[in-house]
Amino acid sequence: MIEGILIGLSTALSLTNILMVMVGCFAGTIIGMLPGLGPMTAIALMIPITYGFDPSTGLILMAGVYYGAVFGGSTSSILLNAPGIPGTVATAFDGYPMAQQGKAGKALAIAAYSSFAGGTISAIFLLVAAPSLSKVSLAFRSPDYFALMILGLTAISAFSSKGQFLKAMMMVVLGLMLATVGQDSLSDITRFTFNNMNLTDGISFVLIVMATFAMSEALTIIFRGKDPNSAAKQISLTELGSIKVNKEETIKMAKTIPRSSILGFLIGVLPGAGATIASFLAYGMERNYVNEEEKQKFGKGSIHGLSAPETANNAACSGSFVPLLTLGIPGSGTTAVMLGALLGFGIQPGPRLYQTNPEIFWSVIMSMYIGMVVLLILNLPLIPYIARILAVPRNYLIPLILFFSVTGIYLMSFNNFDIFLMIGISVVATFLRLYDFPMPPLILAFVLGGLMEETLRRSLLISDGSPNFLWDRPITLIILLITVTIVGWQIFSTFRKKS
Amino acid sequence: MRISPTKFISLLFLVLSVFYLYTAYNIQVFAFDENAPFNARTFPIYLGWAGIILSSLKIILPEKVTTEVNHKHLDYKSIIYLIIISLIYAAVILKIGYFISTSLFLFASYYFLGERRWGLMFILSFPFVAAFMYLLHGLLNIYLRDPFLKYIGVMG
Repeated sequence: MIEGILIGLSTALSLTNILMVMVGCFAGTIIGMLPGLGPMTAIALMIPITYGFDPSTGLILMAGVYYGAVFGGSTSSILLNAPGIPGTVATAFDGYPMAQQGKAGKALAIAAYSSFAGGTISAIFLLVAAPSLSKVSLAFRSPDYFALMILGLTAISAFSSKGQFLKAMMMVVLGLMLATVGQDSLSDITRFTFNNMNLTDGISFVLIVMATFAMSEALTIIFRGKDPNSAAKQISLTELGSIKVNKEETIKMAKTIPRSSILGFLIGVLPGAGATIASFLAYGMERNYVNEEEKQKFGKGSIHGLSAPETANNAACSGSFVPLLTLGIPGSGTTAVMLGALLGFGIQPGPRLYQTNPEIFWSVIMSMYIGMVVLLILNLPLIPYIARILAVPRNYLIPLILFFSVTGIYLMSFNNFDIFLMIGISVVATFLRLYDFPMPPLILAFVLGGLMEETLRRSLLISDGSPNFLWDRPITLIILLITVTIVGWQIFSTFRKKS
Repeated sequence: MRISPTKFISLLFLVLSVFYLYTAYNIQVFAFDENAPFNARTFPIYLGWAGIILSSLKIILPEKVTTEVNHKHLDYKSIIYLIIISLIYAAVILKIGYFISTSLFLFASYYFLGERRWGLMFILSFPFVAAFMYLLHGLLNIYLRDPFLKYIGVMG
């Protein structure tokens, strides 16, 4: 492991890669800060820029963007009560009241220190857990992978859909349907192309991400432009206050950070869970841990209430890389985008990545840590200046997002069919979002579609067409039982609420 | 009878799933693969049925959480303009080249979203796109096809 860490450090600490982490953190912070735009959009917008890079550099840039976007999301939560991403909603519960009390600078500093501490602790967990799990996951066979993917898709539907499980499952099926367009990987038979040559190679992953996130989010912001609830709020950027944290506040943070880190990391590892659930659970858990006096401060600017979700969401970000790097199966929408980018570089993540491309495996892990240091040292002092981005009028912002989206697709194929397709999908996605049909399950399903068909094919061929493969192996059976439990719980909670 | 938008979307998804399933059954597979445990049709057929079952459940079951959208708060005019501009942009990008089409797209988008600061609009369109192209093509060595700039000798 020490050798791996050194390989990772030597790759991540090259001048180019450090520059990329800094650029990534900076760009991610700016994009993540804009309400409505989260890490998935930020990473998607970066994909075209990474075309010319080697895989390690490209991934390091994206890891920087990821952390930057999460940090940026916290900034808009604290300053505007407008979380850039769902994972920072809980941050606003106590961060925004602090900002209203004239302690915005302090709230931002606490968020940054908590994020850093949570990220550091979880990066250590990741260093230990990822190689161990890689070795364990070598024992996984096709039926286990198939079951694991079913579990991942069910879990993301259950956790990301605000109680609308069926809608999320429909998005999963739609994502899988889109993934079947083009040539069948084994027989080369074309499917669902309707004799259109442009669809023979299937629909590009970048196109789907750009359409359902970057472009659709931009259109949604315009579409909801007259909505008084989503109208841009103003904050006086000159009244951020000091970013210094006193001893008493540090002690409070020190108590909160370890438990929230552990919780966040464990939640992040679970397929489908991720930063949002981690931050809410950490907030709830912290409220139960503190004394009665502190409990009363929750929702009114509590240090514990701000530190807990911030620690947990960053820890969950690291945790979500565990299934991606070790099993090749992303657990969240954001890591699904990262998987797509990895595949674009010709790298198949999975248990063998640790052996075949150790420099990528380790440099991604190390760059996460470097990214957090960059965020703390560079971004925190720059917050008063970076926060001015919140004042950029949407009249400029939206066309620029559309421009980056179209450019990303144009660079891939120099073909305007793809641009038309992207516009069409983004319009559909905008309407679906309007009625709370979640997009992360669609992205995850689209990314996993090919692999899922492949593992199902192998499993069925091995079992001669019999569904026995679903319960022949204990691992497969256990994974499927967990899936059935999640579905059962969704059905139970539906009937319980109705009654 | 009033059908909720969510159920209407589910109905559309049901129609899509039926069409998908019909197309899946009609995928031409090799003769020797026809009765194989798994062929190019198998997975799409499962998906088609899954889509039909899920959308039917959504239509049949009562809605636990209803999504209310106030259409008076939706800016249809701006979004239609933006979509039309984007479609025109996609249609002309190959003919007039990346630089001019993108600059005009940005300029028109700013205008239709209500911006009237002409100087800023210009800077954030033509020079901005030129700088971006230089970044991609000149510094990052990412090929950016622009027949027009190639024709006038600006790009190699």
